[in-house]
Amino acid sequence: MMKKPKIWLGLGAVLVLFIAGVWVGRIMYKTQSTPPPPPTFFRSSLAPDTAGASGDQVITPVSGTVIEVRDGELIQAAVAQARSGDLIRVYPGTYKETVYIDKENISLQGMIQDGKWPTLDGEKELNDALLYSGNGILIENFKIVNYKGNGVMGQAGNNFVIRNNWILDAGVYGIFPEFGKNGLIEHNILTGIEDAAIYVGMCDNVDVRHNEVYGNVAGIEIENSRHVLVENNHSYNNTGGILVFITPGLPIKTCYDVIVRNNFINDNNHVNFGAPGSLVAGIPSGTGILVMAADQVTIENNIITGNNNAGITVTDLAYGANTANDPEVEPNPDRLIILDNIMIDNGNSPVGELKALMMTKLSTRGPDIVAVGGGTGSCIVNRDRYRTVSLGDWAQCQATDTRAIQTYMLDKPVAPRKISKKERVKMAYYGICSGCHAYEVRMVGPPTLVIQALYQNNPQGIADYIVKPEHKRKDFPEMPPQKYLSKDLRLALAEYLLTVKQ
Amino acid sequence: MRFLQFLPGTFSLLLLPIIVLTQRPESKPIELAENCPPGFELTDDNRCMSRSLYQQYPSLRNSGVGGLKTGLPKVRDGFSPQQIDLGRYLFFDPILSRDGSLSCASCHNPELGFSDGMTHSVGINGKEGSRNAPTLWNVSFMKSFFWDARAKTLEEQMEGPLFAPHEMGTTPNQLLSTLNSLPVYQRLFAQAFPDRTDEKIRLKEIYTALTAFECSLISLNSRYDHYAHGYHEALTKQEIEGLNVFRSFVARCAECHTPPLFTNQQIAVLGTPEPDGRPLDPGAEKIFDDATMRGGFKVPSLRNIAKTAPYMHSGRFATLRETVEFYNRGRGHAVPQDEDLRIHWHISEPNLSEYELDRLVDFLKTLTDETFKPRVPEKLASEAESVHNSNVRKMGK
Repeated sequence: MMKKPKIWLGLGAVLVLFIAGVWVGRIMYKTQSTPPPPPTFFRSSLAPDTAGASGDQVITPVSGTVIEVRDGELIQAAVAQARSGDLIRVYPGTYKETVYIDKENISLQGMIQDGKWPTLDGEKELNDALLYSGNGILIENFKIVNYKGNGVMGQAGNNFVIRNNWILDAGVYGIFPEFGKNGLIEHNILTGIEDAAIYVGMCDNVDVRHNEVYGNVAGIEIENSRHVLVENNHSYNNTGGILVFITPGLPIKTCYDVIVRNNFINDNNHVNFGAPGSLVAGIPSGTGILVMAADQVTIENNIITGNNNAGITVTDLAYGANTANDPEVEPNPDRLIILDNIMIDNGNSPVGELKALMMTKLSTRGPDIVAVGGGTGSCIVNRDRYRTVSLGDWAQCQATDTRAIQTYMLDKPVAPRKISKKERVKMAYYGICSGCHAYEVRMVGPPTLVIQALYQNNPQGIADYIVKPEHKRKDFPEMPPQKYLSKDLRLALAEYLLTVKQ
Repeated sequence: MRFLQFLPGTFSLLLLPIIVLTQRPESKPIELAENCPPGFELTDDNRCMSRSLYQQYPSLRNSGVGGLKTGLPKVRDGFSPQQIDLGRYLFFDPILSRDGSLSCASCHNPELGFSDGMTHSVGINGKEGSRNAPTLWNVSFMKSFFWDARAKTLEEQMEGPLFAPHEMGTTPNQLLSTLNSLPVYQRLFAQAFPDRTDEKIRLKEIYTALTAFECSLISLNSRYDHYAHGYHEALTKQEIEGLNVFRSFVARCAECHTPPLFTNQQIAVLGTPEPDGRPLDPGAEKIFDDATMRGGFKVPSLRNIAKTAPYMHSGRFATLRETVEFYNRGRGHAVPQDEDLRIHWHISEPNLSEYELDRLVDFLKTLTDETFKPRVPEKLASEAESVHNSNVRKMGK
């Protein structure tokens, strides 16, 4: 089994070179259509600024104003004054702060001038550089160095763009959107990250493309996410190049429909410097692509070379995970599709369990592709080109390419939940006001019936009162101001309160 | 300790005017509410539906976890006002225990964040329980119950404390015969469950009413919530610093205590210490028969956390400050030497500064909201005296 006639090796090498040549040719001469631009709903923020400044990196906001931040000022101060649709431009300089954006539709744009970047510097004192929770956040053109937590972290927040950032030694994760739908991570350079440089965790519909990740524990990690395209990235000299995972114990339990395509994944032989106990701490050095428990992962047209453990590793959770089991997770990688990839020079010095497995095959080299543990319905094309282990029941693929998928981003932004004015008013009236005001009986404040009598035909009076209450009646406690309700909602609430009948 | 006995007297004097103003005449027979408790809208078919500003927001895959403007997990609502109110009468009534000494409120006291302030709860005849009483705030959003996640519904959950010999210690038969012997309860149950033809109270109805009441305990209007809905002045600068430590990837609190409920409802192995002399609590290992889950417990919600000391399944930590310090002391530092636990990957060594730990506690205190705290019935249907506050006094000794 292990020995093949030399003529095959020779033919194989010719074939490999031929395919490589065609592939390189396609890139160099751009005979293939270039990857699609960001979807049109981002385009409005991409039109060149007629005012000039510095060319095509400039963003004009959808609406609203441009707020400028210069060296010596705080970016957070600009965020504090920004409103939905505003663009914050940050000029070259060093900014030592944690910027948090708990607002919607804010674009944060660095201005690179004469090769000088706006730099966020955590000095190994600050936790995270950029945190966001709102929808429609764009972050670009920042250099981020010396943080302890994350470079860019999103907690929820749909319709995000994170690009053209240069992130060095920024802690645990470089770029980490979590719980987001519809996003783009492109043209970032990341190195020195102790877990995953780019980590898409519990997200849907994300493209990760044209990024350069090197010298991290994990280059790109797609975890418990769906509809993710990882394309045209260069991932090298990490411990593991590209990982597609289900991690047990998370509230969203699946990972499927992921395409890993047209990436360079080479020499991922960095010593593992992950924190003890972290999920990536167990990844063997020399891992090109690792698929753990995820389903429907397509691996196509990648150049996977010089990864000393194995080119592609497929594993279930029993083999791969070092955490507590999760009864709600299906632990096997199922229905994977490995299409044509260029794989040379992988497995030069396998380690750990793989080394032991190879010994049983009388080999000291690691394979191009290995699958361990459970899983069904997977397939591969042209398997004879590669040195494979344990792919016994993998079928020959019917699929030939993923050309039909240009992007997994949506063609329209994720819309806010549709709520009628009446529904929203009821959420506020019953969700807040009813805590103190019942219809006819006294609770904390006067009954709704009494308020209705006092403010007949005067909803504005109520709307004004609830934001700035005066203590009018000694037999009732003073009402706290309800400033967190928007002006519109306050008036709508007042109008609704006057119509309540029970 | 004499001043402690003096205090309640002073308080009741101060409260007297309010009580006089609010109390309805004592002589009137108990009637169940026809309106929903705060937080609910009454529908035309007499059901109470939960309403909150969080319903404006979606969540990824309807998971109910995410960031600030993220929708909640699916809520359990739709009970009638009468069922909820009947549940309230039952909840505070000590006749639900074997010897009439404990009500549900003894361990889930509304004045103590619906927990009991003790490291381990104490059942009838002073029998000590094994874990800290969890809060009932926002249980309507929870997918599993008990620290070890062994119950999937509140109905299933309450069979535990009601019938466990070291808790309320009653039996289904005793419970049914006691309640059926009281005409007031028969009348109230008939009001809450009008569809049946005979007078007999059923076990399932007791469960439904208690569940209905527990599902009315909603806390979503804290100062944090005001911030989350977009009013950023709701939190002080230091509290926002605390929020940013909380969600930072150094402390990583928000990775498991995920907004908006501040729990992702998963089981996590933390390796917290047991009180001195107690063996390691295996937690979820026993329930799921899985050694990798040894020492695993459900991630609790942090809403109203400032009200529910002491903390952790063991009640080992008396204050929030002690609790956040635990996470700063290094992965596995409190695990007994002969144990090999699969500690959760987010338990790391964050090396937070003293300043950051203080800010974390500041932030946790912004999660307090008790505006929908239900009233304790002025008179119980069984005419028994409420007992839950006598438990509080036990703490003082």
